[in-house]
Amino acid sequence: MMHEIFSFVRGPMVWIAFTVFTVGSLYRFISMWRLAKKKDSVVFNYFSFFYALRSIGHWIFPFAGVNMRKHPAMTVVAFLFHICLFVVPIFLSAHVIMFKESWNISWRWLPDPAADIMVMIVIVCCLFFWGRRIFLKEVRYLTSVSDYLILAAVAAPFISGLWAYHQWTAFSAVMIVHIISGEILLMIIPFTKLSHMLFFPFTRGYMGSEFGAVRHAKDW
Amino acid sequence: MTKQSPANIATIPDEGIDKGGQRLTTDQITRVISRHLEEEGGARLKIYMETCVHCGLCSDACHFYLSNDHDPKFSPAGKVKQALAPIIRKKGRVSVDFIKKASEIAFTECNLCRRCVMYCPFGINIAYLMLFIRRICHKLGVVPQYIQDTAHSHSATMNQMWVKEDEWIDTLHWQEDEARDEIENLRIPLEKEGADIFYSVIGPEPKFRAQLIYQAAVIMNAAGMDWTMPATSGWDNSDMCMYTGDEEMVARLKKVHFEAAMRLKTKRIVMGECGHAFRSVHDVGNRYLGWKMSPLSVIHAIEFYYELFRDRKLRVRQKYSIPVTLHDPCNVVRGGGLHELARYVIHETCSRFVEMHPNREHNYCCGAGGGVINCGPPYTKKRESSSKVKADQLADAMARGAKVIIAPCHNCHSGLEDTVKHYGLDMEIKFLGDIIYECIYK
Amino acid sequence: MYHSYWDWNVGKKIIADLSQWRKTFEWVEEPYVSPDGETIAAIVKPEDLKFSVCANGELWENYFDKIWYLRFKPNNSLVALVSKDSRWTVAVAGQTWENGYDFVWDTRFSKDGKRITVAAVNENKYFAVTDGSPWEQTYPSLSNLTVSDDGRNAAAVVQSILFNSGEIFKFQQGCYTAAVNGKAWGTNFLNIWDMSFSPDGQHLAAEVRKTLYDYTIVVDGQPWDKNFLSVWKPKFNPKDGSVTAPVKVRGGWALARNGEIFWDERFLQLWHHQYSADGKNIAAIVAPRFGQWTIAVNGRPWPVTFNNLVTDLVVSPDGRRIACAAKSDGQWYIAADGQCWDNGFDMVWAPVFSPDSRHIAVKVEKDGRFFVVIDGNPLKMDFTAAWDPIFSPDSEKIMIKGIGCDGNESQYCRHILNLYD
Ligand code: HEM
Ligand code: SF4
Ligand code: SF4
Repeated sequence: MMHEIFSFVRGPMVWIAFTVFTVGSLYRFISMWRLAKKKDSVVFNYFSFFYALRSIGHWIFPFAGVNMRKHPAMTVVAFLFHICLFVVPIFLSAHVIMFKESWNISWRWLPDPAADIMVMIVIVCCLFFWGRRIFLKEVRYLTSVSDYLILAAVAAPFISGLWAYHQWTAFSAVMIVHIISGEILLMIIPFTKLSHMLFFPFTRGYMGSEFGAVRHAKDW
Repeated sequence: MTKQSPANIATIPDEGIDKGGQRLTTDQITRVISRHLEEEGGARLKIYMETCVHCGLCSDACHFYLSNDHDPKFSPAGKVKQALAPIIRKKGRVSVDFIKKASEIAFTECNLCRRCVMYCPFGINIAYLMLFIRRICHKLGVVPQYIQDTAHSHSATMNQMWVKEDEWIDTLHWQEDEARDEIENLRIPLEKEGADIFYSVIGPEPKFRAQLIYQAAVIMNAAGMDWTMPATSGWDNSDMCMYTGDEEMVARLKKVHFEAAMRLKTKRIVMGECGHAFRSVHDVGNRYLGWKMSPLSVIHAIEFYYELFRDRKLRVRQKYSIPVTLHDPCNVVRGGGLHELARYVIHETCSRFVEMHPNREHNYCCGAGGGVINCGPPYTKKRESSSKVKADQLADAMARGAKVIIAPCHNCHSGLEDTVKHYGLDMEIKFLGDIIYECIYK
Repeated sequence: MYHSYWDWNVGKKIIADLSQWRKTFEWVEEPYVSPDGETIAAIVKPEDLKFSVCANGELWENYFDKIWYLRFKPNNSLVALVSKDSRWTVAVAGQTWENGYDFVWDTRFSKDGKRITVAAVNENKYFAVTDGSPWEQTYPSLSNLTVSDDGRNAAAVVQSILFNSGEIFKFQQGCYTAAVNGKAWGTNFLNIWDMSFSPDGQHLAAEVRKTLYDYTIVVDGQPWDKNFLSVWKPKFNPKDGSVTAPVKVRGGWALARNGEIFWDERFLQLWHHQYSADGKNIAAIVAPRFGQWTIAVNGRPWPVTFNNLVTDLVVSPDGRRIACAAKSDGQWYIAADGQCWDNGFDMVWAPVFSPDSRHIAVKVEKDGRFFVVIDGNPLKMDFTAAWDPIFSPDSEKIMIKGIGCDGNESQYCRHILNLYD
């Protein structure tokens, strides 16, 4: 039984997850593009690559903007979180090896102790985000159940991955949890607020264009 | 939530909202909103609403939040959560009370200053979202009375203050006469075709601050400018319809304004010290008409003064010696990048300048902009208490010696006057033009 | 207005030397020139606190406390708005109308220049005055004065119901109407804006807003059946009397006739449409795409577009040719028949057609000097000030009016040139 579940989540489910993620993301892009063409032509009329990149550049560089300097802890955590979140799943040795086994493609991977620390960083960061949602009233006010669920969905694959890697109790069951939660995370990205990952370049780029080209002002 | 919590009911009596609300039913609201969402709710609305990660980082941008004891209801995303999210979630099936509250939030708890755009990692434009609500309120007819009246004035007279055609011309004649007592043969050239400059002002100038037209005439005269003003409508560049969400009227107003300048064959429009008017001609109204940028170049007074000093057209007799600080108006700084030019003019004309902090693009809004002050007396208290950070910021500049606040914007002027009075600050507020008028060779 | 009795003899006529005026008067305003070019005039100040008009060096015998809006009528006589002892009136060639008013403004001439109408106010009561006779009815406010081609009919937007500022719901019930020759339509609207008379002056069409959201066109007080998102100024077809107006519908601007969509094309913007004299062709300024401006003739846009603006659309007398002024990338251009002429300028005035429709002449400005461009070629003369050129009735000659030709910077001359030399 365990085995069947395992081979399902390791096999077809992976395909499903990746397909949902890619097709979902593409769908979101295309439908937004169409919608924008129809009702927000202003976005295309005023988009400027130079000013878009200028703004994006300032927002993906730690402490480049005023608000990042105002919230140093959040800035450090957010950057660590996003870097680790992005790097670990792709460069974890176990993941790379799986790719190698399945499709015979591979790339350099992280030494396991480093990955281990990065996973812990992600978890700590999630705790930090969770704490913000509980203790900062301006964040609490904006938080609804879905924010906690999404945060849990983000933390789950990391916690379970750490668990399974260290082979704590019932780790093979936890391994399944890890895989499933990772797949769920991948699948919900296009359809929840996690889509900020997809749309960030566009929202920031558009505002950067308006601020730069039309209003001759900074937006960071 | 089935029960309506008290926080969700509009608290301030306002005839426009109350009587407007009385005419509505939930069905009507649903019909109007769903149609509006269908017609105008596009990708920006969708992405802004969905991309927001509810991180609260925009809170520190907003003077409403900062001034009201960090009450999260006043944070930018908090206002969206209260006033817009339910509309989208329920596809417009919201109650009359909800709409009334949403109207109060969108019209009187956001100055559309766009400061939060610089604090949100995604550049989510809360001002756009608040305007989206305002437009819904416009379509439902639940707009605060005072600003709606102003919008009516715009529609009936093409100016903000019910100024009639003859009253406008008469005011110019009168200011010309006054000015001739000081400078012989000074002229306010009306309808001079082919002049270089079309000078336009906002409705309140002829109504309440006619001496500003006088001063502008003196400056134009001293600099030897070839300028004119129209004797027809189109002289008023202001635009409260931009803030009530009546986009069709915005388009009409801007058409009249630009076409007056085009009819007179002037090469550029120089406008008085007003921020929202600049936004409406430089950024907003032109778009509604299909002009990517304004068809004739539009020069805000700050830039114009800068040019006059740079080109040595004006000469300073004696610098203004009382220490000044500068309030960077949102609409010409965050909306027009004129902050360094304003400082240039100040350095040319004033001997002591004290920066307030934060400044430039990061300056706090005066609390009056975005049509908030135009919503009138019912909201004065709220506006004043929501300007506490502004008062602190001014008090700090005052502690470092500043006695005069230069605010090159009408709205800012009125807002700062209230703030200074309410918080008992011993500061005077001036336009750049006031300073220039005082210290140049005429 | 081509008067064959104007002097069309080829050559140059020196009319006046403005440096003389400037020596005589401490105050000389910008000069105006009569259509026939024979007179140049300016508001001057012969005495302290007294103003008059100097025409070809001759002063009006009457002096006034204030004078403004000095203009030549199409029939070459001089009109100004003048005041004495705080009473305002109209002065024609120095002679004032009998009655004075608290204020007068918005001078309008009939096409032939024979009739003059102004807006006026007395003790806060508003009305129009044609050739000295005021409307019998007065109104609490008046705007958008409009006169028919023959000048016999005048209309204005007037307030019909009083409301206090702040009474927003009363306003929304409609407090404005139009008055024709003093008589109000009787139907009220929220707003009325630009209006047009039919060519015979018997009908009046106007842009109105019926509610905060419904715009339409009203003809003689009767609104079209359909409402639109917005509308611009209506025009009468000179032949069949139908009314057309640009209207905004979902999907863009279209031209509508008598309430029905008339052009299939949708534009991002569409305004200032004009008829040919036979009523068969309609040309309009349009934006086919955001930020792109051109002319559309019967709904078909020109291939050439301009990214700043298009203005001063002019239809030739035979109705076959169209010309306009346009601006792209900050430079002004002249465009005619779908093509943009080569040179860019700092300013371009409305193009002028010859009576036979074969030639176009335009006043332009470059680097502070004024020129006339004929059919795409700038004339070699340049001026410190110039007025619109006019073609002779036989379209063989052109009159150029300007100051500062031939080196004398203050001398006003009128030049008649042979087009075919
Ligand atoms: C570079 C542009 C990005 C910016 C500015 C950004 C910003 C943020 C911010 C401010 C948060 C904090 C949320 C909170 O307080 O709870 C956050 C959370 C998060 N981001 Fe991003 N992000 C970006 C890109 C991405 C990308 C590319 C991914 C995916 C690989 C991602 C995944 C996440 C996740 C999973 C969370 C946690 C969700 C939560 O807190 O509920 N982000 N992001
Ligand atoms: S636009 Fe200004 S006033 Fe409005 S929410 Fe943002 S910061 Fe606050
Ligand atoms: S900063 Fe931006 S993403 Fe965060 S809560 Fe505010 S609007 Fe939403």
